[in-house]
Amino acid sequence: MDHQQPPWSVSGSSQSPRSPSSQPYLHVSVIDPVKLGNGVQAYISYRVITKTNLHEYQGPEKIVIRRYSDFVWLHDRLFEKYKGFFIPPLPEKNAVEKFRFTAEFIEMRRLALDIFLNRVASHHELQQSEDLRTFLQVDEAVMERLRAHENGLFKKPAELMQIFKDVQSKVSNVVLGKEKPVEESNAEYEKLKHYIFELENHLAEAQKHSYRLVKRHRELGKSLSDFGKAMKLLGSCEGDSLGKAFSELGAKSEVVSVRLQKEAQQLLMNFEEPLKDYVLAVQSIKATIAERANAFRQHCELAETMKLKEINLDKLTLTRSDKMREAETEYNQLKQANEEAKRRYDDMVRLMNEEIVRFQEQKTLDIGVAFHNFANGQARLANNIADAWRSLLHKLESC
Amino acid sequence: MMGAENKGHDYEEAHLFASKEEMESLVLHEHPFNSNSNGNGNFFSSYGSAMSSSLPDSHHPLSSSVATAILTDSDPLLSPPPYPELHGPSSHDNSYIEPPSYADVIFSPFHGEDINSLESPSLSSINSPMSFSRTSSSNSEYIRITVSNPQKEQETSNSIVPGGNTYFTYLITTRTNIPEFVATEFSVRRRFRDVVTLSDRLAESYRGFFIPPRPDKNVMESQMMQKQEFVEQRRLALEKYLRRLSEHPMIKKSDELKVFLQVQGKLPLPTSTDVASRMLDGAVKLPKQLLGESTVAPHEVVQPAKGGRDLLRLFKELKQSMVNDWSGSRPLVVEEDKEFLEKKEKMHDLEQQLSSSSQQAESLVKAQQDMGETMGELGLAFIKLTKFENEEAVFNSQRARVLDMKNFATAAVKASRFYRELNLHTVKHLDALHGHLGLMLAVHSAFTDRTSALLTVQTLLTELASLQSRSEKLEAASSKVFGGDKTRIRKMEELKETMRVTEDAKNVAIREYERIKENNRIELERLDKERHTDFLSMLKGFVANQVGYAEKIANVWGRVAEETSGYVKESI
Repeated sequence: MDHQQPPWSVSGSSQSPRSPSSQPYLHVSVIDPVKLGNGVQAYISYRVITKTNLHEYQGPEKIVIRRYSDFVWLHDRLFEKYKGFFIPPLPEKNAVEKFRFTAEFIEMRRLALDIFLNRVASHHELQQSEDLRTFLQVDEAVMERLRAHENGLFKKPAELMQIFKDVQSKVSNVVLGKEKPVEESNAEYEKLKHYIFELENHLAEAQKHSYRLVKRHRELGKSLSDFGKAMKLLGSCEGDSLGKAFSELGAKSEVVSVRLQKEAQQLLMNFEEPLKDYVLAVQSIKATIAERANAFRQHCELAETMKLKEINLDKLTLTRSDKMREAETEYNQLKQANEEAKRRYDDMVRLMNEEIVRFQEQKTLDIGVAFHNFANGQARLANNIADAWRSLLHKLESC
Repeated sequence: MMGAENKGHDYEEAHLFASKEEMESLVLHEHPFNSNSNGNGNFFSSYGSAMSSSLPDSHHPLSSSVATAILTDSDPLLSPPPYPELHGPSSHDNSYIEPPSYADVIFSPFHGEDINSLESPSLSSINSPMSFSRTSSSNSEYIRITVSNPQKEQETSNSIVPGGNTYFTYLITTRTNIPEFVATEFSVRRRFRDVVTLSDRLAESYRGFFIPPRPDKNVMESQMMQKQEFVEQRRLALEKYLRRLSEHPMIKKSDELKVFLQVQGKLPLPTSTDVASRMLDGAVKLPKQLLGESTVAPHEVVQPAKGGRDLLRLFKELKQSMVNDWSGSRPLVVEEDKEFLEKKEKMHDLEQQLSSSSQQAESLVKAQQDMGETMGELGLAFIKLTKFENEEAVFNSQRARVLDMKNFATAAVKASRFYRELNLHTVKHLDALHGHLGLMLAVHSAFTDRTSALLTVQTLLTELASLQSRSEKLEAASSKVFGGDKTRIRKMEELKETMRVTEDAKNVAIREYERIKENNRIELERLDKERHTDFLSMLKGFVANQVGYAEKIANVWGRVAEETSGYVKESI
């Protein structure tokens, strides 16, 4: 499983081509989900394999055991340290209890985690992160300690999520103009923010319906199968040729039903998942927007404070007070901090602009592929169904 | 009114003959064809537009919510779509009706064959799918009944409450070329009570036949439902019932039906008086029966004891049936026809399977419906997204993919419409299951007729036997008296007379029983044949539809798959 992109995605132009052995490479994969623990504390652990020739890493190959919360740790660290970048989204944490350990859910999550890790590993900046190296190499005991330490700050992953959400809602308040604007007034950026927020709603709705469509396929398959069985029984009450016709109908219904179930699965993996991925990606952009707003606000606040200090300093200078030197040091410190904040903010802005272009191009391709897969799947399904019934029709005509 | 090449041509002609009253009542029928602007629109497209119009189609047989869901007004797909390229139902049908495929050929099972229908095939085919396959084989004889125009009327006499009792009457129109009828077209007004009378009289005259069961009285529903809804439901049910009656080879020529359909004013059939008055009559007769020698008159024997006024006879037969069940002795005549008993078992099995099939059919229809709906919702969601992207797109890459998204969304909406149309057809075809399940009631009644006739025979035989033994005892006793015993002799004569009458009655009863047996046999044969035909046509129709629509859906998606294949090539 050395693929660098999710199965439904295509390589964007910014991706590096396949690397011959002399070129630096970093291949990661997430495999072998195993259920550990008991009862409420049960969880799934995954094997993470790293193959690389980068000298920052300990060796050409490393295998470690990780669980979902370890991935969350990595994601959060990246989010903290790489402001302005769009951190690839993680699959959702909360799962309905009874589905948490179904084979389907486990496989879907494994795939999503694999995709996440690969995206990080192939991102030109993120792949250099020290936290990534830590994640890929340290043993479980160390990982657990790191994770606990992080959690210690935030008490629970749930609380972390809550803080994220708070930031998001604070941002929307700011963005939507409910709070007092410590706001960048930039028409283009406003447009972008509005676009992102609206986009999430539309995508979420599309994703909801596509999930339902998967269910409908399954339901139709089941009812067709039941119908076929009933028809077979009915046929046994009837005479020769008619009874046979019923029996054949029953058999065909079963065939079509199986085909429908297969397509349901395909639809889930090749359409619904990519859509969900898109939604999550947009949500992560929203988080980045929030960060940017924070950075901006910090920068503004510092600037204000600095100005006050400057005024104070001037006053003190004029009065030749003893406090002047103190005040001067303070002022210089502040000035430095302000310049830092400004630099950070400017970096973010630049990064975001680059990222969003890359993101859009990538997503256009991803969704295009998803559409193609959907249409292909539906066309094939319909053709299969038509063929199945057509063969029966010929038999019936002769009855 | 409509284009001449329209398949509604026949319908137009019929229209010219209709009375003014009917013109008003038939207004609902016109609409489905207005939207078909395409002159040579084949059956399918006009049907398609008919079905996708938001009119509640009053002739839909399925009273379940599935049917109303299909045609409900609140369907979001029927409101003008936000995208300019998407046309309304009729015109956009045309864009993918061609190329002629298996689908189009197969879709015509309902038109052309059936000369019985003067209305459009699409409407009449919904009404009695069962009649199609069969009536086309009958030799150019047809009868077509329509029930319409419910009107509220006042009970004129005996109203204790001023403003009195109101009831509804329905206009029953018949078109026929059967010579036994007075004219080729006529109408009459009847109320539900008249239908009950008709049904009861038919049950008496046609013992042993599979008489289609009449609609229920639905007393509860009539009080709880909205008046209009209830009246409409009843109108539909009446129409279905009368049509079924007119399809039965014996009943369609019956006096009762003829009188019902033709005689203006009050229905000249004896009404079934209610149980109380019957019991009263019977109670009056009882003392006389007990005091004297009485037996059932031969002419009464042809009717079952249960519904009659002769309480004594009722008691006797009841006793006989208990003797049959509980005593060890075999009754004097039993159901010996093994073939019949086998058939009865088979009917029982059939009924069970029909019931379960009918249920599964409803589930299937619902699942198809849901599929169509969700597909449509998905399409709409993407249409909204397309619109949004168009308005607010920030980057060029987005604009490029917007077109693809639009094509995708349009395809989803089209596919959704196909699923719904498929479902409408499926409902029609699978209705044969429901129909035959309903007929099982008629079969039960017919078998019951047979059982009660047999019981009458058995009772009379028992009676005869007991009379015989009494007579013998009397003879023996009286012979001991020298010179004869005047009272005893008189009694003996009375007894002999009773025995004679009973003997006659017994013979009549046996004849009646044999007659009913023969009716049962004929009807079973007929039903089997009809069921066979109906089911075969149901299977063919169902499968043909699945094929046809799958082809159409495959076409739609195939095109989108091609158009978007570029995305996948880029990944290589």
